[in-house]
Amino acid sequence: MKGLDEVVPAGEPWMGVVHRGQSFRIVDLEGNQAVDTLFYNAGDTAEHYSAQNTIQAQGGIYLTTGTVLLSNRGNAMLRIEDDTCGRHDTLGGACSAESNTVRYALEKRHMHSCRDSFLLALARRGQGTLTKRDLPSNINFFMNVPVTPDGQLRFADGISAAGRHVQMSALMDTLVLISNCPQLNNPCNAYNPTPIRVMTWDPA
Amino acid sequence: MLWEEEIPGGAHWSGVLRRGVVLRLVAGGDDANVAALFYSREQPLERYNMADTLKAQHIAHLTTGCVCYSDMGRILCSITADTCGWHDPLCGLTDSTMIAARYGTTRFQEQRNQRFVSGRDAMLVELGKYGLNERDLVANINFFSKVVVDEAGALQLAAGHSRAGQYIDLRFEMDTIVALHAGPHPLATATKYAPPAIRLQARRGTPPAADDPCRIRCPENARGYINTERMYSS
Repeated sequence: MKGLDEVVPAGEPWMGVVHRGQSFRIVDLEGNQAVDTLFYNAGDTAEHYSAQNTIQAQGGIYLTTGTVLLSNRGNAMLRIEDDTCGRHDTLGGACSAESNTVRYALEKRHMHSCRDSFLLALARRGQGTLTKRDLPSNINFFMNVPVTPDGQLRFADGISAAGRHVQMSALMDTLVLISNCPQLNNPCNAYNPTPIRVMTWDPA
Repeated sequence: MLWEEEIPGGAHWSGVLRRGVVLRLVAGGDDANVAALFYSREQPLERYNMADTLKAQHIAHLTTGCVCYSDMGRILCSITADTCGWHDPLCGLTDSTMIAARYGTTRFQEQRNQRFVSGRDAMLVELGKYGLNERDLVANINFFSKVVVDEAGALQLAAGHSRAGQYIDLRFEMDTIVALHAGPHPLATATKYAPPAIRLQARRGTPPAADDPCRIRCPENARGYINTERMYSS
């Protein structure tokens, strides 16, 4: 199977298929970028990455090397094989025009957001099988969202840096949906959205 | 009181709660858990959103003063009273594999209505009554359960957290489809399937005033109410 190697600018969505057995790497090219990511079973997109199944099974909220990303049906989708960042977020979800009005100001509605990127990517795909219904809680790769023992959620400065990457192996044929986050209102990407590189390749 | 009803332990329930109604959930025993999901009655594609609820309020647990956000920047319901103090928005549902592994396999043929129902099956049944399916099954709330996250991110279900008679009041700010399952928490360690019953009590509430504790909890919530009130303005 032919591999992919693409640079995705900030504020753009990306979709691609990672076949079972292939490796998939996301590179944080300039550091502290938030990469909002969802995974679907390429053969039956009602099956998708589930944050709840994943954190239940590993007993913890952060993703790193060794984490198996589970689907809403409890099946293993991908395994994180290598992670030079160290911690990825399962709780913060995607920014949207509507949540931006709540979080920052009513007049922020018109700023670009991850959910708008997700919706455009799904619409462009054109099969009509994936819609807003199919947007569960996503992963934010390279994003640092600590939870404190007293139950507070913090948006902390990033712990990623230029050139750090996360690498997974696909345990099923997986459709990947990414929004390279355009958020300008919080430190999730150091107020400076930057490009990422996505790569897939066959096992050696 | 508008009406009152009991969900037996292990059973599931759904219904429509109108804007302005307060639903009280009362724990029927110690260590209760009730999984909950919320959808707009007008457009069920608008639904409870865990991430937006946590982000807007900078929280990883729910209690008095917190609100439950939809994915459209509006407030489905507000927590106006809570004698329990901590409710889990993180950990999701049990599924049938987990239930069988933990509590054993049951079938209606033998166990009748004492069979062990999983959270996922319970929700799929209730959502199906509104034309919704697994695509609509988003992250839920587990009322009456406390899960602490340590510095390394590890999840720990607090033992002995909730007590019989404790309650939480949800004031609905939108006409909302509510789906509930009085089933065990996914991190529960008990080896016996014995989730307590949950009593539902619906009352007519008063609209949130300018100084409503949920509204003034944070500027984010003030904007959430504005978004919600705009939709109902006429």
